[in-house]
Amino acid sequence: MSEPVIKCESVYKIFGENAETMLNEANGNVDAKTFQENGCIVGVNNASFEVSKGEMLVVMGLSGSGKSTLLRCISRLTDATGGKIFIEGQDLLNLNNKELIELRRNKMGMVFQSFALLPHKTVVENIAFPLQIKGINTGESINKAMDMVKLVGLDGRENYFPRELSGGQQQRVGIARSLAVEPDIWFLDEPFSALDPLIRKEMQDEFLRLQEKLQKTIMFITHDFDEALKLADRIAIMKDGIIEQLDTPANIVLNPATEYVRKFTEEVPREKVLLIEDVMDSSATENIGDLKVLRDEIIENVAEKILTQEKTVAVIDNNNNIVGSINPTKIINTVFGGRKNNN
Amino acid sequence: MEILKKYPKLFQWLFLLIIFFALCFAIDVPETYKFIRGQAEFVKDPNQSTFVFLGKEVRYYAFDVFWRLPPLLGWLPIWINDSLFFLMNDWMPMEFWNEDTQEYKTRPLVLQITRNLTAFMTFLIELIREILLGGLETIVAFTSWDWIDANPWAELPGLPWTIVAAGSAILAYKLGGKGLAIFAGLAMTYISIFGQWKPSMQTLSFILVAAPLSFIFGLSLGIAAFKSKRVEKALYPILLVMQTMPQYAVLVPALVLFGVGDHAAVIITMIVAVPPMILLTLLGLRAVPPEVIEAGRMSGCNNWQLMFKVLIPTARRDILIGVNQVIMVCFSMAVISAFIGAKGLGFNLLLALNQLNIGLALEAGLCISLIAILLDKMSLAWANKQVDYFGNLNFFQRNKNSLFFGLIMIVGIALAYFGSIYFKDGYNYLFEVPHNKGISTADFWNKGVDWIFDTFFVYIKAFNTWLIVEVLQPMRALYLRMPAIATIVLVVGAGYLIGGTRSALVVCGLTLFIALSPWWDRALVTTYMATFGVIVSCIIGFTVGTLCFQNKHSTKFMLNVCDIFQTFPSFVYLIPVMMLFGITDTSVLIAVIVYATIPATRYTIEGLRSVPSGLHDAATMSGVTKFQRLFKIEFPLAFPHMMLGLNQTIVFALFMVIIGAFIGTEDLGQYILKALSDKKGAGIGLTLGICVAFIGLIFDNLIRTWVDKRKKHLGID
Repeated sequence: MSEPVIKCESVYKIFGENAETMLNEANGNVDAKTFQENGCIVGVNNASFEVSKGEMLVVMGLSGSGKSTLLRCISRLTDATGGKIFIEGQDLLNLNNKELIELRRNKMGMVFQSFALLPHKTVVENIAFPLQIKGINTGESINKAMDMVKLVGLDGRENYFPRELSGGQQQRVGIARSLAVEPDIWFLDEPFSALDPLIRKEMQDEFLRLQEKLQKTIMFITHDFDEALKLADRIAIMKDGIIEQLDTPANIVLNPATEYVRKFTEEVPREKVLLIEDVMDSSATENIGDLKVLRDEIIENVAEKILTQEKTVAVIDNNNNIVGSINPTKIINTVFGGRKNNN
Repeated sequence: MEILKKYPKLFQWLFLLIIFFALCFAIDVPETYKFIRGQAEFVKDPNQSTFVFLGKEVRYYAFDVFWRLPPLLGWLPIWINDSLFFLMNDWMPMEFWNEDTQEYKTRPLVLQITRNLTAFMTFLIELIREILLGGLETIVAFTSWDWIDANPWAELPGLPWTIVAAGSAILAYKLGGKGLAIFAGLAMTYISIFGQWKPSMQTLSFILVAAPLSFIFGLSLGIAAFKSKRVEKALYPILLVMQTMPQYAVLVPALVLFGVGDHAAVIITMIVAVPPMILLTLLGLRAVPPEVIEAGRMSGCNNWQLMFKVLIPTARRDILIGVNQVIMVCFSMAVISAFIGAKGLGFNLLLALNQLNIGLALEAGLCISLIAILLDKMSLAWANKQVDYFGNLNFFQRNKNSLFFGLIMIVGIALAYFGSIYFKDGYNYLFEVPHNKGISTADFWNKGVDWIFDTFFVYIKAFNTWLIVEVLQPMRALYLRMPAIATIVLVVGAGYLIGGTRSALVVCGLTLFIALSPWWDRALVTTYMATFGVIVSCIIGFTVGTLCFQNKHSTKFMLNVCDIFQTFPSFVYLIPVMMLFGITDTSVLIAVIVYATIPATRYTIEGLRSVPSGLHDAATMSGVTKFQRLFKIEFPLAFPHMMLGLNQTIVFALFMVIIGAFIGTEDLGQYILKALSDKKGAGIGLTLGICVAFIGLIFDNLIRTWVDKRKKHLGID
């Protein structure tokens, strides 16, 4: 496997006057309570993870869990107190101001919860802004920005001002702006949290469509567990600055690592999250019926078909090879069983 | 005991008042004490005590320290004065090249700097003045008088008034639409027809120099304060003092440094106008959402780009409100700086007031108010204007205003030329209506004043006497009767009860400064006049504000009235009161009351308006009557904001009391005015100014601390 695009090694962010000395004294054993008694607030506590190329890591946590702080450490909008962060092998914390600006101008894009559009610029000017900052001339940057306007479906509104747009449209501008310089790494800080539920769903679908096309390396922050499940390749769940669990959505639902994570997974409709391969029996390939289902199908989509069968159903991969089987009772257990245990 | 526990604050306050009155009764007025005396005057009298500090001898009449503190700070004005003179005349002599005499000349550094600054300002003012009115000075600045003599054609012709009027209408149209354009056109035409064109343009040229310079300085200092905590901390106390310092007081030191004339006026105006600009810049930059800054950073902005492409454009509205403030201060100063020889409407106004020619004063005052309102409305329209997108317009659409102005130029010049043929013998009225050759209404007003005097003299006089004898004199005597120690205990105790030790210390320092200066008695008189003004203003303001708030239209109307009244330069308020009440304390106090009622009314309305509508609905649903709602819900919640209004009312009242010295009062203002005509007045003027500023700051500190606590308690921000 190639080098990870983002790599964090025990990153700490502690707010307070003598945060650094306290961190050194703590010797890698940071306890939020003792820090708080000394006037320091722990934002991020020992975060280590990697994000590989084209992967979407969703960081999920409630407000105050440190997820936004973690993102700002990696984009270096704030400086981490301790630990190391590598972007494509470059040590982020050792970059000087000029190198950092270069990195942001070419490799990074970021979308904000409150859209953060410039009120005095039109849609197209807002999108062209990062290009113009880079020094690209007006004509070229406007042309490029117009492509972006089309990409996010705002054609015809390019000369509107942000104040004349709805929330969803404003966030489309924010997304287009962050993509204008064609960055490799895409940071999204709760991009859809300020939107109405219906618009939010529409934007999530749009976002998935874009990602399919663009294949960026993404860090996506959200406080909405359903959103995380819908979008993520992997999910990191944070609480009080600590990453409680980092895993694929299916594994988080099936094997919650801590009590805190389990509480989130309780109400999750499993048939909407889990794939056939997550629950199939890969050893038993005998005595199966005629129906075949793909291994990476979401259970919900095929459950009805499977439940009409009396026999075990074959699971196949894309090349039509049988890789396992699944029994209708297993489906029933998956959908209803988990919750019974919890009660 | 139960009651004591239930209302601990109340008893603390009672206790404080008891001590205060006990002190007042215990300490008698010393027999030899004469009220109102500068205690460090330069008369030599064997009964005086003396002390020497920093080589300055201070003489004063010693009294019991409980009655009046000795003027231990008496050396300060003398010292400031001597230092200023030393700086100007003896410090760091250097060789400078002199263009005129073609030789090196020795001059102190500061003098050279101020002279160069002065020359630069003079050039700027002359340049704009001659564009508007015509003249020679600008060309002379680039050539010489000899060259002018040799080339008699070389003279800036000045713009015909028709062009200036039409030009300002076009600008007003661009900024604020039809209504503003009509107002601009009418105002300018009025000024021209009534023969006030020349002084008006002089005032305008003064403002067109002072305002942009103040803007640039204020903006840069605001940015510096935003970027560095240290700069902010250094600026903050200066800003605080400058906000409450009477503008008179700055005149005197500037007089020493920069001499007399328009240039000195510009520099003083900058000193007064820059602080609000700094504050508003800082406020605006602070209000930029952090995510917008982060978005800028993530777009790869360097610091420069972040400031000028992200922060300042986003804070545009607040910064332009700052510009509006700057313009208002400039107008106020345009009048006041007439004291140090600034030309224009202010000078005419002052002259007319001095001659008690109310009609002329009214005309000048009206013109200056018209220009002030016009510029105020234009700058506000600019602040509220949304940027237009010009992407798809052709050349003609984009430049239609400039093209139209070009057309106006041609028509105007043609008209002026036509005028020069038509009015062959007299004045060319299409070029410029000369001063006092327009229509004058002065006689009409003067007759009106006479009529009012003749008709209502008895009533006015009776009211005047009653007010002075029954209210003002006793109140004044009460204030002066307070022993110094009692006053200090009262103020410091209030500070402690409101804001704890910190507040008490700050207030104590401020009070001590005044008490140890030689002008404690006069400070008491200033305070008494301000107090009287504030009490009446608050009663009027709170009542009017509350009544107007009952109806949407009247609310809007009242806020507009406040806006317009606030636009008038403060000096203008003296004209009508002098008309009615002549030269008495009553005049000053009525001007104070009118002026200080503006913030009292405005803040009352704003405070009531800020009560959340959800609470209104909740109250209505619990079945309250209108009065219950007003007294149980709206007043308690609006009260902190109304107290901020009280704070503003005090500042406004102090300002007007000091300006009232022009009519004649016996307070600090009178001494500031005296210092203006005193060669050694710089130190005295400045120290007096600081005293007035400190009176304001004492109240400011107490009220603000209380409001902050109260707001936190109520959970409103």
